[in-house]
Amino acid sequence: MSGPLRLQGIPASVGYAEGPLFNLDRGDAHYAAKASAVEEEAALQAAIASATDRLAALVETADSEAAGILEFQIAMLEDDALTGPAFVAIPSGMPADMAWRQALDAEIAGYETSDQDYFRARAADMRDIRDRVLRALTDEAESAAPAGAIFYGEDIAPTRFLETDWSAGGGIALRAGSTASHVAMLARSRGVPMVVGLGGAAAPGASPANPAGVALLDAEHGGIVLSPSTAEIEAFRRSSSSFAARRDRAEAYLAKPATTKAGTAVRVQVNIADPSDVDGIDIGTCDGVGLMRTEFLFGRTPPDEETQYRAYRKVMEWAGDKPVTIRTVDAGGDKPVPGFTVAETNPFLGLRGIRLSLARPDIFRVQIRALLRAGAHGNLKVMFPMIAVIDEYDRAAALFKEEQAALAARGIAQKMPPLGIMVEVPSVGIAPEVFAGVAFFSIGSNDLTQYVMAAARDNAAVAHLNSVRHPAVMRLIASVASFGQEQKIPVSLCGDAGGDPAAIPALLEAGLRDLSVAPAQLAMAKAAIADLTV
Amino acid sequence: MSASAEATVLITHEVGLHARPSVKFTKLAKTFSAEVEVALAANGPWFDAKSIVKVMAAKAPKGTLLHIRAKGDGAGEAVGALVELVRRDFDEGADHVRTA
Repeated sequence: MSGPLRLQGIPASVGYAEGPLFNLDRGDAHYAAKASAVEEEAALQAAIASATDRLAALVETADSEAAGILEFQIAMLEDDALTGPAFVAIPSGMPADMAWRQALDAEIAGYETSDQDYFRARAADMRDIRDRVLRALTDEAESAAPAGAIFYGEDIAPTRFLETDWSAGGGIALRAGSTASHVAMLARSRGVPMVVGLGGAAAPGASPANPAGVALLDAEHGGIVLSPSTAEIEAFRRSSSSFAARRDRAEAYLAKPATTKAGTAVRVQVNIADPSDVDGIDIGTCDGVGLMRTEFLFGRTPPDEETQYRAYRKVMEWAGDKPVTIRTVDAGGDKPVPGFTVAETNPFLGLRGIRLSLARPDIFRVQIRALLRAGAHGNLKVMFPMIAVIDEYDRAAALFKEEQAALAARGIAQKMPPLGIMVEVPSVGIAPEVFAGVAFFSIGSNDLTQYVMAAARDNAAVAHLNSVRHPAVMRLIASVASFGQEQKIPVSLCGDAGGDPAAIPALLEAGLRDLSVAPAQLAMAKAAIADLTV
Repeated sequence: MSASAEATVLITHEVGLHARPSVKFTKLAKTFSAEVEVALAANGPWFDAKSIVKVMAAKAPKGTLLHIRAKGDGAGEAVGALVELVRRDFDEGADHVRTA
């Protein structure tokens, strides 16, 4: 590698990181073969034990979704039926790493070729298991990422993110990846800088000019510099400290209500995905929950009523008398749920969101009952995703009324929440008057942008088209905001744009006064609002 | 004389006998010394109920009538306990959400 190499991608979680590059894709290249089969067996035995121990340690701090994945992997590693074939191959002269890879690849192939979505999805778990042991097998000191490292590679497994200690800094730079992935969400909520869609280049190794293999990750603008020059390092540090200063200044705004220079009050709520997300947020720093996703509850299987009720109630009790806006399940699109969603050639335009819920009333009614019961515990609002026509809203609202009557007849405590809709399908933004009967609008700017610009948000090749600030998108947002104002229907925005300091001026200009942002963006969003003269 | 037992139970769990349910199923099976097997049909093929690799390979989705058989010490108890676990939907509702 000669000279600096700059790659441009898409910011998935803002921040700056300077650190040694850690190559995620290097596989088992560093395994040193042992002198005898007995030693190979011992090495593999030890690697499996060490991988299992590390998983067990992760379970301790994982939330239930992550714990389920980890426990499955542990059970697999403890099963002789998985590990046996590798130990059979070693006495015939195969080194441990190759024997393990061969045994696991055979198992993975069985999952990959399954005709069931659910099994194909488990192939990723099996690859995670394979690579975890391979990492333990290669020299631990070498395969463990140094503190503050920038993880660089094709993609990163959620378990890898969870087991990394981010307290020393570091970041993630992916050649593929998606801003909508689970890891991207985790990175945003923990404030770990992350860039995706960097394209093809393989990681450069250390060179005489750059012995530590240091790289510069600018996840504010979406770039990475591999093998930087001294001048580039200096410039990077200036940008990084300017960002840190802005962020520190922002912290001062965290505890205060958001107000512009002109004294206009803006409500700033938070977006959450898992009930445990609220554990780290001080309710005093926000105006409520503008979006609680429920897909995580549906991770591997539609959850029962009690599970959902407890999850919703936990968040409502945390919020006290502040509003909690829960979105009914938005499965489909890029969020498949086994046993619920259907395989489609064009899932973003297919049976997702409210369309799927109305097609599966058996599953939808369970969620409705859980929401009605949770409604009795605070200030609940419920919204439907992907509404395109008013009939969908009417049908969903009718189901709420039916279930409310049934619960009341059984003497179960419940309360009907205000029912609103997401503004994601352009039909709502173009003709909001059709939806004059809804209780509130919440603009999902990510999906609205991808549908207006016809650019999938999980496709790095069309990422440049995916801009919320395009006049076409902004015009729809402004039209919904002014319609809401005329009709006294509350309008908020809960997409990523709400937490983006670069987009906030345009959103307030368009008439919005209610934003919902990722918890990690709360302070910066308030600081950006304080700078405006709207 | 070694004991043997056999029973069938309907899988009502949404994802079937996979992932987390299969972890619970194999863990429970391993607490018995009897040899325990599962199958999707009365005439087999039979899979080792103590191996998560084999249980996953059985690919038993929701709505499957699962056949469970055991041989040896505590065969009856083993089959009874596993049938109960499947009937209780693998206790998924109770601990799926972290409460604290």
